Amino acid sequence: MSEKIYIFKRFERFWHWGQAGLIIFLMITGFEIHGLYSNFGFEKAVNLHTLAAWSLIGLWLFAIFWHFTTGEWKQYIPTTKNVAAMANYYLFGIFRNAPHPHRQTQLSKHNPLQRLAYLFILVIVGPLIWVTGLLYLFYDQWLVWGLDGKLTLDLVALGHLIGAYMMLLFLIAHVYLTTTGATPLSHIKAMITGWEEVH
Amino acid sequence: MQRKHHIVKVLFIGWLAMTAGSFTLAADQPKAGSTADHSKFKELQQEFQSGPEVTKACLSCHTEAAKQIMHTEHWRWEYLNPKTGQKLGKIHIINNFCTSSQSNLKACASCHIGYAAMTDKGVNDDETLVDCLACHDTTGAYAKPSGLGGMVYAHDVEVGGKRIRGENLQKMAQKVGKTSRKTCGACHFNGGGGDGVKHGDLDSSLEDPDKKLDVHMDSEGLNFTCATCHKTDGHNVPGSRYAPTAVDKQGVMIRGKEKDRNPATCQSCHGQKPHKDKNAAKLNNHTNKLACQSCHVPAFARGEIPTKMFWDWSTAGKRDESGKPLVIKDENGHAIYMGIKGDFKYGENVKPDYVWFNGDVEYTLRDTKVDKAQQPVWINKFEGSPHDGRSRIWPVKTFRGKQPFDAEYKTLVVTHLAGADDTAFWTNLDWEKAIESGMKAAGLPFSGKIDFIETISQWPITHMVAPKDQAVACHECHSQGGRLEGVLGVYLPGRDRIEWLDNAVKVFALLTLLGVLGHGLLRIFTSKKH
Repeated sequence: MSEKIYIFKRFERFWHWGQAGLIIFLMITGFEIHGLYSNFGFEKAVNLHTLAAWSLIGLWLFAIFWHFTTGEWKQYIPTTKNVAAMANYYLFGIFRNAPHPHRQTQLSKHNPLQRLAYLFILVIVGPLIWVTGLLYLFYDQWLVWGLDGKLTLDLVALGHLIGAYMMLLFLIAHVYLTTTGATPLSHIKAMITGWEEVH
Repeated sequence: MQRKHHIVKVLFIGWLAMTAGSFTLAADQPKAGSTADHSKFKELQQEFQSGPEVTKACLSCHTEAAKQIMHTEHWRWEYLNPKTGQKLGKIHIINNFCTSSQSNLKACASCHIGYAAMTDKGVNDDETLVDCLACHDTTGAYAKPSGLGGMVYAHDVEVGGKRIRGENLQKMAQKVGKTSRKTCGACHFNGGGGDGVKHGDLDSSLEDPDKKLDVHMDSEGLNFTCATCHKTDGHNVPGSRYAPTAVDKQGVMIRGKEKDRNPATCQSCHGQKPHKDKNAAKLNNHTNKLACQSCHVPAFARGEIPTKMFWDWSTAGKRDESGKPLVIKDENGHAIYMGIKGDFKYGENVKPDYVWFNGDVEYTLRDTKVDKAQQPVWINKFEGSPHDGRSRIWPVKTFRGKQPFDAEYKTLVVTHLAGADDTAFWTNLDWEKAIESGMKAAGLPFSGKIDFIETISQWPITHMVAPKDQAVACHECHSQGGRLEGVLGVYLPGRDRIEWLDNAVKVFALLTLLGVLGHGLLRIFTSKKH
């Protein structure tokens, strides 16, 4: 019998899945606005994209509050320790049934590579998307904000797009890596129930 | 059976008499809201022998009317553009329809608001020559025959073998009233020589339009006349296409407060934030790039009257077997070739072109040098740029033509088209005579060498405002190959993207996907070994 520990709290799981759904939906609508394909129609895509963005901003405000009140923000403190071991594990160890170099605990639920990846998403990709997205949305306020002439819409749109593309690449890798737990579905189960099967 | 027929007949005649009677009764009432019943004015109870006599009677009360008129473009057909210094107006410009009013005034001036007041030398400022009825007739019967320079007759006459119907001037004088879509339209719907020919957004379908055709002029609804927007001040009608207001940054116009402002802009009634419903904020912030008309006039020539889109004068001159100028009509009965005019193309429900426009228009005039190596020549060029801070994207009708020019002096030429004389092109289909005579009338040199050159003129589209649910939809511009495809200088989501970046990301995403799939397969493969 393998050991189980309670890793993800209720709000955390709600935040995760809410965010996942909204981000995927934002990609679907955003790429349509960008003109890559056609589904909802431009107008509806814009409206849905904006609505989803506001929902995600709302969710994030709660999540930020939660991270600081619970001290969970510490989960994202980067560390160089074991990064090489983790990379080594994904590149070689995993095929040899080697032991997982990171032991999950409630105080350290992310492995060093996860910490780096999530931190990158949180401090680089996220802010890039939010800042460019809000500038895009409040394009008509640029004059009032004194930004007219200093920024151009194509630059803002490009920043937003690059953020979205980074998120897309992250998503592909992230979804795949969920299958690398004790069993292929154990990470996903953990994100649903909160209980992780440890190696 | 016989009796039954008889009863029906009696009833029918009775019904006819009743309805006819009620029509006359209604027509005899003075216009609602008017404080004057002109039929009671002694001055108007006379047998008028001519148009000027009517005017004289009008001026006996409306003492300043003629003086006011004489300051307007309607009278002078002349406009001095203060920005370019160009002398414009119908009397000066060359266009790519009938090319020039000069030398053709007997025909063209039937649309002048004077009684033969226009000549090639200028305009005769005799007050009695002002034609009050052209704008103020309410009977709908007043018509100025072509070929008389704008004159009308009080009785039927014969001119040059043609019988011309006289006008019932007394009846018309007694029923004068405000201008209407019909009176303005008598000239403005027929620019270019026929209904809808020139503008595309002005034709006789606007005499009695429904809401779909024009939300403001809808005769069952708001029922605006032209003057509702083009609100006159001292007979001066604002809203000239020689000096259009491309951008109106002011709010709703308060009557009497802003004297120098054009009241015929959308903003003068709707303000700067016209949208109130769904997506209001997003739509309102489009107004820093777009003229209202760009979305709200989705197409012109929507009233089932086609507008001319192309006119090739170089093919004119063919005759049929009987020696008369050849006429070829399309399946709808519209001439697509006329021996006297050349080839035409028409358009209905035409999507406009879109250009940056700041209100400045540069014209190619009679003395401007043109070069066949650089055709098409822009008869009028709408100036503007995304960067000058005063331009908006405007819808325009682009009218293409091919017209004669002086191959040696390299100027567009005045062609003498209409007239009873031997030099008129429409009489004998001889370009050399027609141009020589036209240029002479305009006092311009002509080398005798004729060639044809491609020309373009652009016309702002502003009328035929559709109901809001038929406005141009977002995706019609926010897409590749959409309406604004050629309008650069603005980032347009949905249209503009960096192709290589999108492709690079697609490749990168695919590689990532293949990478993780490979990794996964390898895991499955190796786990079986253990």
